[in-house]
Amino acid sequence: MDINSIRLLATFGSIAMGTIVPALAIGWIGSKAVDAIGRNPEAASRVQTMAILAIAFAEAIAIYSLVIALIIKFV
Amino acid sequence: MVQISLKAEDIFNLGSFPVTNALFMAFLVLVLLSLFAVFLRRRLKMVPGMLQNIFEFLVEGALTMMDSVLGDRKTSEKYLPVVFSIFLFVLVSNWLGLLPGVGSLIIHHGEETVPLLRSPGSDLNFTLALALIAVTVVNVLGVAAIGFKNRASVFFNFKGPIDFFIGILELISEFAKIISFSFRLFGNVFAGEVLLAIMAFLVPYLVPLPFMFLEIFVGFIQAFIFGMLTLVFVAMAVVSHGEGHEESGPHGAPAH
Repeated sequence: MDINSIRLLATFGSIAMGTIVPALAIGWIGSKAVDAIGRNPEAASRVQTMAILAIAFAEAIAIYSLVIALIIKFV
Repeated sequence: MVQISLKAEDIFNLGSFPVTNALFMAFLVLVLLSLFAVFLRRRLKMVPGMLQNIFEFLVEGALTMMDSVLGDRKTSEKYLPVVFSIFLFVLVSNWLGLLPGVGSLIIHHGEETVPLLRSPGSDLNFTLALALIAVTVVNVLGVAAIGFKNRASVFFNFKGPIDFFIGILELISEFAKIISFSFRLFGNVFAGEVLLAIMAFLVPYLVPLPFMFLEIFVGFIQAFIFGMLTLVFVAMAVVSHGEGHEESGPHGAPAH
């Protein structure tokens, strides 16, 4: 296999495997946030802020793998 | 095929310093924000007009959000300039990067054709600089609030082997924050640009529209996250280390 094919495979593999767990994580965070708001509607805005923050952290991991994929493809 | 370059392209040289399109765009954002600030300042009245009303509402909202993290209004007002400036700068540079002309206006530089304007967040230099500024500001504000010894004792804690290890972890975590900040913003903005370029290349009519909405949303969220995380780290840094464990606000931030 030549280097370009391996490059393509690496790009695909990196982004495919790197987004599975962050997607699950974001789903979990969302579900827990909705649970918390359902239990205690008064704390809704605090829970929401915290949830958005946590979702951005989880998404950052997916972004790291995306950056690696981009570097492999374009550099 | 669309030209996609990870590195921001040079468009001209100031002496021996190459100016990239992202740097040029960041400068435009800076000029825009500064002129707007001066313009608004000149028109401040006791009975506010429409523009002043809007910004009073925004600043009040920002202060209220900072209150929930920091505790009281005085501390919020003290740290509002840094946090809100970072937020505004990232927000305006993300949103201006979506305007038509950014990425499509092309000039000739030497033999190559390069875009004249490029979203500043899509250049790792910009995001890395902002991340360094944010983390430095967090540490400087921490030292200003609780003193150098207290701040240093977070990282170099010689009370026992476990505390020492935790201190080393905290030090590593400062560097991890820099990487995390810069790559989060860079990844989001650069991937957004690539996505928009490819979508516009594949189906030029109608289909790019939902992706533009996504990018507007992502631009706002990333600016909000950058500002909010800076705020949370400042809140954790200025609390005296021993008493910090009673408050629920600053210690809500999870690991990176």
